Amino acid sequence: MASLLYDVVIIGGGPAGMAAALSARKQGATVLILERDVRLGGILNQCIHQGFGLHYFGEEMTGPEYADRFRKLVDASDIDVMLESMVLSLTDEKELTVLSPKLGLCHIKAKSIVLAMGCRERTAGAIALPGTRPAGIYTAGMAQKICNIDGYLVGKEVVILGSGDIGLIMARRMTTEGAKVKLVLELMPFSSGLKRNIVQCLDDYDIPIKFSHTITKIVGSPRMTGLYYAPVGEDRKPILEKEEYISADTLLLSVGLIPENDLLNGTSVELSRITSGAVVDENRMTNVEGIFSCGNVLHVHDLVDNVSHEAEIAGESAAKYALGKAEKQGEVVSVVAKDGVRYALPQRIHKGEGKVQVFFRTGDVYKNCKLIVESGNEVLLSKKCQVLAPGEMGSVIVDKAKIVGDIVVRLEK
Amino acid sequence: MGKIFDVIIVGGGIVGTATLDRLARYDLDVLLVEKSDDVAAFSTRANSGIVHAGYDCEPGTLKAKFNVLGNALLWKDAEDLDVEHLKCGSIVVAKEDGKEGIARLAEKAKANGVEVEVWDRQKTLEFEPNIADDITMSLYAKSAGIVSPYQLAIAYADRAILNGASILLESEVKAINKKGEAFEVITSKGNYSAKVVINCAGENGAGLNDMAGAEHYDTEYRRGDYFILDNVERKNVHTVIFPLPTKAGKGILVAPTADGNVIYGPTSIATQKDDTASSLASLDEIRRNVPLSYKTPAFNKCIRIYSGLRTIIGHDFVIGESKLVPNFIMAIGICSPGLTSAPAIAEHLRDLVTSKLNCQRKANTVEQLPKTKRLMSLDEKELNALVAEDEAWGRIVCRCEKVTEAEVVRAIHSPLPATTVDAVKRRTRAGMGRCQGGFCGPRVMEIISRELGIPLEKVRKGNGEDSNIAVCKVKEVK
Amino acid sequence: MNTICIMCPMGCPLHIEEVNGEVVVTGNTCKRGQIYGVEEFTHPKRAITTLVKTEDGGVVSVKTSNTVPKERIFDVVAEIGKLRAGKDAQIGDVLAKDVLGLGVDVIITGTAKSGVK
Repeated sequence: MASLLYDVVIIGGGPAGMAAALSARKQGATVLILERDVRLGGILNQCIHQGFGLHYFGEEMTGPEYADRFRKLVDASDIDVMLESMVLSLTDEKELTVLSPKLGLCHIKAKSIVLAMGCRERTAGAIALPGTRPAGIYTAGMAQKICNIDGYLVGKEVVILGSGDIGLIMARRMTTEGAKVKLVLELMPFSSGLKRNIVQCLDDYDIPIKFSHTITKIVGSPRMTGLYYAPVGEDRKPILEKEEYISADTLLLSVGLIPENDLLNGTSVELSRITSGAVVDENRMTNVEGIFSCGNVLHVHDLVDNVSHEAEIAGESAAKYALGKAEKQGEVVSVVAKDGVRYALPQRIHKGEGKVQVFFRTGDVYKNCKLIVESGNEVLLSKKCQVLAPGEMGSVIVDKAKIVGDIVVRLEK
Repeated sequence: MGKIFDVIIVGGGIVGTATLDRLARYDLDVLLVEKSDDVAAFSTRANSGIVHAGYDCEPGTLKAKFNVLGNALLWKDAEDLDVEHLKCGSIVVAKEDGKEGIARLAEKAKANGVEVEVWDRQKTLEFEPNIADDITMSLYAKSAGIVSPYQLAIAYADRAILNGASILLESEVKAINKKGEAFEVITSKGNYSAKVVINCAGENGAGLNDMAGAEHYDTEYRRGDYFILDNVERKNVHTVIFPLPTKAGKGILVAPTADGNVIYGPTSIATQKDDTASSLASLDEIRRNVPLSYKTPAFNKCIRIYSGLRTIIGHDFVIGESKLVPNFIMAIGICSPGLTSAPAIAEHLRDLVTSKLNCQRKANTVEQLPKTKRLMSLDEKELNALVAEDEAWGRIVCRCEKVTEAEVVRAIHSPLPATTVDAVKRRTRAGMGRCQGGFCGPRVMEIISRELGIPLEKVRKGNGEDSNIAVCKVKEVK
Repeated sequence: MNTICIMCPMGCPLHIEEVNGEVVVTGNTCKRGQIYGVEEFTHPKRAITTLVKTEDGGVVSVKTSNTVPKERIFDVVAEIGKLRAGKDAQIGDVLAKDVLGLGVDVIITGTAKSGVK
């Protein structure tokens, strides 16, 4: 197989990949999208609920509709798309090995790469769930795929562990399709999902949620018949004296998403231990020149609209880099998250002109606090916040011209 | 009365399948009945996968004898059957106060004819840099290593079938009656007769003995829980690391697996039959114990918990013909080192059977299974040739373990067909990676459904009718 | 009553009460929140997303074109369950009009697996 050459190769054809491809193409770059599924759209194809597009398109859409808007734009462009194509390796030199049923193993060389592989779900194994390991235990996303794409329910009497958005959404989906969702358990004292999903997915259907609770034992084999759960103490360890039993044939897990960066093993891209995504600058470029990252493979987003915006930055920057059009950058400073702020992204910003949107998440729920952004000893911004929660990503705008030193994003009571 | 088999083996664990494999080389009609959907479905799939050297068995026991004989046979079988294995050696590590314990093991090793070396800290560190700081010595055994226990049992089953033996899955033995000279074996799927019955029924071994009217044995069960870690941890573990053994067993070890992961475990919890539910307390015990021998535990890299059951009858294996019921042969109470011993036990049972029945070794038996083609072991030319012939070789199903559709299809049509998601997993590793089948599970279900011509809601995770994953179609919920 | 606005992901905390015969919403940060608050207080409504079967045995996703009274959700889902979509159904197709006389249509939102080209 001959080697292919592109200005920009995008790994992943979900919302991030499609938006990045379109903005890279707009800059005049030759663009290839590598997608492992049989169609573009990624996980959006299985997110048939509404809640997408309000910010980006100004209208309320479902996941497949949102994906379709972008897919049509990609189809109408001269962006190349390889479907059912899995990237097996990637190097710092931006050489890719790709396997596909049509072309076999092929080698692709890119001037720049945009990582847009999305994330995967934490599993029962990753949280060392005790008890038996029967049929009936799935990640919420797998249950969502089997339901919304394949048209089957994975169970009829359901307990959900974790209150991530997919778990909450699946509580409503399973209920709508005739299953009984009996209980949602959340280890933390707060939800890791959006507040509105608690209202419209649980409260609307009288599905109880118990915060500060976890599962102590799965029961049943070969199919799950029930489980034990208990409240947790401050150390988040279960208080076994208060253990209770609930019968259920299905457990769905919504206990976290992890950026899927396994492909970077062969590169020297620096990963953040907090986000599990790459460390990037405001152009979404990693420490390896010409390798960019965006969307859920960079950090897990709550809103696809933000993914699309971020991907446009990455796509445009990747194209400019590939075409030698990248503007000269000023001195770089670090963005540091402190005092209750779990992470801030981008982690590096160049001094210069223009504004940068800095995204952040807190590590806990904070009420009536102040979000402060400093650079050197200057306070760039101080903003009162009613509520900040880990489940809801926040953002602030930083004026690049005002940067004098490393930027600190922190909370003050 | 219909056909009379020469031999019926009850139980498709490692001992049953190894025995079937050895007997299949003779002109005998041999049948193996297994209650689960696949062989290797119980203790064989849930143990440490360690090929023991044989230094810690009490000299003079069957365990010592079969362990040492089995070790050599197993390495050859793994080679012939193309089963993942690695002779990576093992070390028993000890602190200063473990000096006597190490010396005792070295003596037993000598008595059992096992080559070992006693190493100081420096020598141990050169071999395994990640031992705990206060470890001062170790006992090294070079003949130890790791093998994929379920792959080995499956490969024995496959070779046995290719050599003419039969396997009946999902056939649970309900009764064994003596009818004249022959046995009648009543199973959940039909009745079969045989001249000789071999009890390889694992945790049900004593129960089967009672069914047949053979010697009664009291059984103890001990559950062992394990953590399996992401394959990124594999580079940090170079050998099998044991603590000093105690009465409860070989202790909580740290070891690579033949599948490319790392395991921490097992515990040894007294329990009852069928209990393979891990417990919080037991998992915590592993969390506490691993750091005692291993310096850099990575529990945050856990991708799965599993538990296996050890079936213990007294202090030794029970192997041989029943004195009460002639032609009823037992291989029960096969706890550790059962996996390593299995090929030697199988040859012992083969000799017992062939001395009873008038039979000849067949000519032209299959000795070697073809090298399994796996995506990750193919070079570019080979791979592209395969894709050109069959697109399925270019279609990755399991991203984490890089398994193609072609490999899944092959597993479904192997001599002993994989018919469930777990059976496919054991043969191909699809679903064994860090996403635990989150992405490939539905794809594997679809391929099973297509290849076997069964509706998706009939595709099962593993054993048992009600282990189907898609339970009903939407809009048809009752 | 106190609730969370579900009109967008911001999730504004709403306080809704009747003052002199008029429904007053506070805590909202936009017009949509005001409308939602009044409706939630007087007669809560929800949009529905679900699946319909396709002729060839698959499924395709659908939504209601507008909200329906909350207490009618399961009636509407059951009614949608009786519908069949063609295997070449396109995003945006109206599958049924005025379901149960509630003034909402059923709109195709996805592409059935079998329809993926």
